[in-house]
Amino acid sequence: MEDKMVNHQEISIQTKDFSLATEVGLLENDNAIDGAVVTFTGRVRNKNEGLKVSGLFLEHYPGMTEHALSEIIVIAKKRWNIGRVKVIHRIGQLNIGDQIVFVGVTSEHRQDAFAANEFIMDYLKVKAPFWKKELTEKGEKWLAARNIDQDKAEQWD
Amino acid sequence: MIKIVFFAALREQLGCQETSFPCTDITTINQLKKVLVKQNPAWEVHFENKALLSAVNHDMVDGEYTLKSGDEVAFFPPVTGG
Repeated sequence: MEDKMVNHQEISIQTKDFSLATEVGLLENDNAIDGAVVTFTGRVRNKNEGLKVSGLFLEHYPGMTEHALSEIIVIAKKRWNIGRVKVIHRIGQLNIGDQIVFVGVTSEHRQDAFAANEFIMDYLKVKAPFWKKELTEKGEKWLAARNIDQDKAEQWD
Repeated sequence: MIKIVFFAALREQLGCQETSFPCTDITTINQLKKVLVKQNPAWEVHFENKALLSAVNHDMVDGEYTLKSGDEVAFFPPVTGG
């Protein structure tokens, strides 16, 4: 089920790490229009809900993930005057401190890039089919979805 | 035929990653759930979970969504990426 709408330059689902400097470069190179670059990086924390965490395993739904992220980017481009967008999400085994997710947005002025970046992250959290399994001191545990993430996403409605 | 895939905690709880089903007398997601539970009574507790999400051909849908032959249906827990 190849999704023709997915822009593969804007979305990357990958096991390997990414470089913040490289990604910022791709957002900035030959881009004299946009004065603002807003980036967000999410990382693996060493504890969650009171338990020590030693790592994560990230599962996703290939095909639907790209489709869902693509739809989120389309909505962001309609709502804000933004230039370039890049969303990277890692899958597989990750360790403490590893980068998980990157969202980069450029715009002429900062307000649009700030808002669109936050929107993309908030929607990714509740609409993109990723699941985290934590490796804790008490064994493996699938993360439960948090109401706060749902509430945060609904603020954009 | 309808292809049915399961993800994350649900896949592990069911002990099943993928199955398929003839489309003939199933019309909606809710009816498909009932048929799956009838075939696998141990799955009932997992399909009763109101938080369970469903997608058809990579779009999220609700229980009333009407299925057709060739659809790919996915069932999974609330997502936790990012």
